[in-house]
Amino acid sequence: MESVFLVVATLSYCMGTVGYVIYLYRDWVQVHWASWGILLAGALFHGAAIAVRSMDKEHLAVTSSAEGLSFFALVLVVTYLLVQVRLQLRILGSFVSPLAVIFMLASSLLPPDIIPKSGVFQSGWVVLHVSTLFLANALFALAFSAGVMYLLQERQIKHKSFGKLYNRLPSLDRLDAINYYCLLIGFPLMTVGLLVGFTYAGNVWRSPWNWDPKEIFAVITWVIYAVLLHERLTVGWRGRRAAWMAIVGFSAVLVTFLGVNLVLKGHHTVFVR
Amino acid sequence: MSSIVLVGMNHRTAPVEVREQLAVGCRNQVDPLQLLPRLDHVDELYYLSTCNRVEFLFTSRCKKEAVEEVACVLNEYLGKPGKSSLESFVYVHEGLAAVSHIFRVASSLDSMVVGEPQILGQIKAAYREATERRTVGVILNRLLHKTFSVAKRVRSETSIGSHAVSISYAAVELARKIFGTLEDKRVLLIGAGEMVELAAEHFLSHGVGHMTVANRTLERAVELARQFKADTIAFEHIPDVLKSVDIVLSSTGSPEPIVHYQEVKSRMRERRNRPIFFIDIAVPRDIDPRINEIENVYLYDIDDLQGVVDINRDQRQKEAEKAEHIVAEEALKFGIWLQTLDVVPTIVALRNKAEGIRCGELQKTFSQLPHLTQKDRESIELLTQSIVKKLLHDPIVFLKKKSARESRQTFSDFTQQLFNLEDGTGVCGSNLTEGRTDVKNAK
Repeated sequence: MESVFLVVATLSYCMGTVGYVIYLYRDWVQVHWASWGILLAGALFHGAAIAVRSMDKEHLAVTSSAEGLSFFALVLVVTYLLVQVRLQLRILGSFVSPLAVIFMLASSLLPPDIIPKSGVFQSGWVVLHVSTLFLANALFALAFSAGVMYLLQERQIKHKSFGKLYNRLPSLDRLDAINYYCLLIGFPLMTVGLLVGFTYAGNVWRSPWNWDPKEIFAVITWVIYAVLLHERLTVGWRGRRAAWMAIVGFSAVLVTFLGVNLVLKGHHTVFVR
Repeated sequence: MSSIVLVGMNHRTAPVEVREQLAVGCRNQVDPLQLLPRLDHVDELYYLSTCNRVEFLFTSRCKKEAVEEVACVLNEYLGKPGKSSLESFVYVHEGLAAVSHIFRVASSLDSMVVGEPQILGQIKAAYREATERRTVGVILNRLLHKTFSVAKRVRSETSIGSHAVSISYAAVELARKIFGTLEDKRVLLIGAGEMVELAAEHFLSHGVGHMTVANRTLERAVELARQFKADTIAFEHIPDVLKSVDIVLSSTGSPEPIVHYQEVKSRMRERRNRPIFFIDIAVPRDIDPRINEIENVYLYDIDDLQGVVDINRDQRQKEAEKAEHIVAEEALKFGIWLQTLDVVPTIVALRNKAEGIRCGELQKTFSQLPHLTQKDRESIELLTQSIVKKLLHDPIVFLKKKSARESRQTFSDFTQQLFNLEDGTGVCGSNLTEGRTDVKNAK
């Protein structure tokens, strides 16, 4: 049942992405709403799949890289669906939905490691840690998308050569604002997520800081976003530089999230393989 | 049958002097719509005059005579320049050609600047005038409403109007791509020439918040400032305001650059990197071209803007082809509706005859039965009405169904013989159709 749901969700995300790619080149509002609806349907199936699996394991199913990626794709899609309603920036979907598909496909390719049931996961701390961090990462993914859009649009205006996307992309100011607000909400969430993680680590491993690669990279990522936010607030960093930082920051998120899981072994990987 | 005819001239067929004279004549002497009672062969009349065109759209049962009458009116307005000279300026379209012509005009396909949006408003205003004076009836009412919807469809399904084709509008569009809204933005105008004035008007109509004028001669600056409710500053203070303005528009005759690289670069930190958009429409240029390299600074000179305009013009041409297709399609659809009108006189005659019989018979019956109460009479009246309605329903539906076919004339003739109807179709000077208010008699 769970795998059927997952397949349906993946197919829905693919269809939604195809719709959004069409929408990128053609201003057909119906295509946008159809794609939005398909993504919503996909998210419902996806949520059901994860719920079934979590019930089966008796804790939130995010304990392998495959599960983590899948859960992240869900959080990303849901965040996008909500942000879309709020912002009404339809073209954003064309840049966000492919990310969801990539994460889903990557998740299905990774080996589904079976980890023995452990009481460590059955804690509210873990749920809080994972949900705040994933939500922050989803917002950073949106900031990343807005950053890519900004760079595309800025290049056309600066170099005075206008491609097909010029008319479809919104104003630079709007893209920069989206980048900023995603950071403004995402950064506190990330901070809370990390603090919760360290606190819980302190409970289970006696020390909150264990020189674990994941911990190190998480802090590096946090520093990147902290610098971006600080520079934005103090000297008014914006535009191209901020867009690049959002892209670098999200790359760091991916390294922390995947690279460390797959390449480096550490304390954290004892239970997240 | 009544057909639609259009007589007009536009910027391609007539030189501006002739159009001018006609427009002035129409305004000063007599409104052409007032002449309708004098035009014996014209039934409904719609008249449009803009700086680029004059169009008479009318329906008539005798086209040839009607066209001659309208041509006479035109000659009169032009101070009788002789019949031959006029004929070379006007075009005459009939039937579907007239329909697609008015569709093309409204969709701005026939305009001097293809895609310009004003023409639809002008057509609407002229239509309002015509409805107030009751010179339009069933056919032209329907045609003009259709015209509005075709123009709307062209707007929404093609991007014919969405690309700026003037320098100053292109600058506004670019500013909107950089800033989104222009509402809280500050504009600095350097120089006070005509180009600056034109561009400033565009920015103002897009709601920029505040304007400042810098000019070497103070009088002109003050004059422009009054016009746009702007501040004035001295030329030397331009570098100071660079930290607060968002858009700088420059067009002076200065041989030396006015805004330098270092002046802008050093103020970006103070501006907290807020973007700034320079528009340099002066030749030689007023603004150091290197400032386009500074982050969050955008500089467009006159050639850059001209490049944008050229691309947009090509784009409009492509969109115009799509629009032509829509116009052709809609004209065909309208033609089908027009055909259905042919059977309307027969239907009306049929209804009139039945109604006549019903009223006559009812009168007789009521006079023989004086004891009936008011309520009884009403019920009987209702009864007769529904009998007539039900009886006529099928023949009318049948006629309407056949109205789009070639054979419609046979069926209407047959119906007329069968019911012994008196009806004149296709004869000059007779009255027609249901609901078509005879606009002349109504006056």
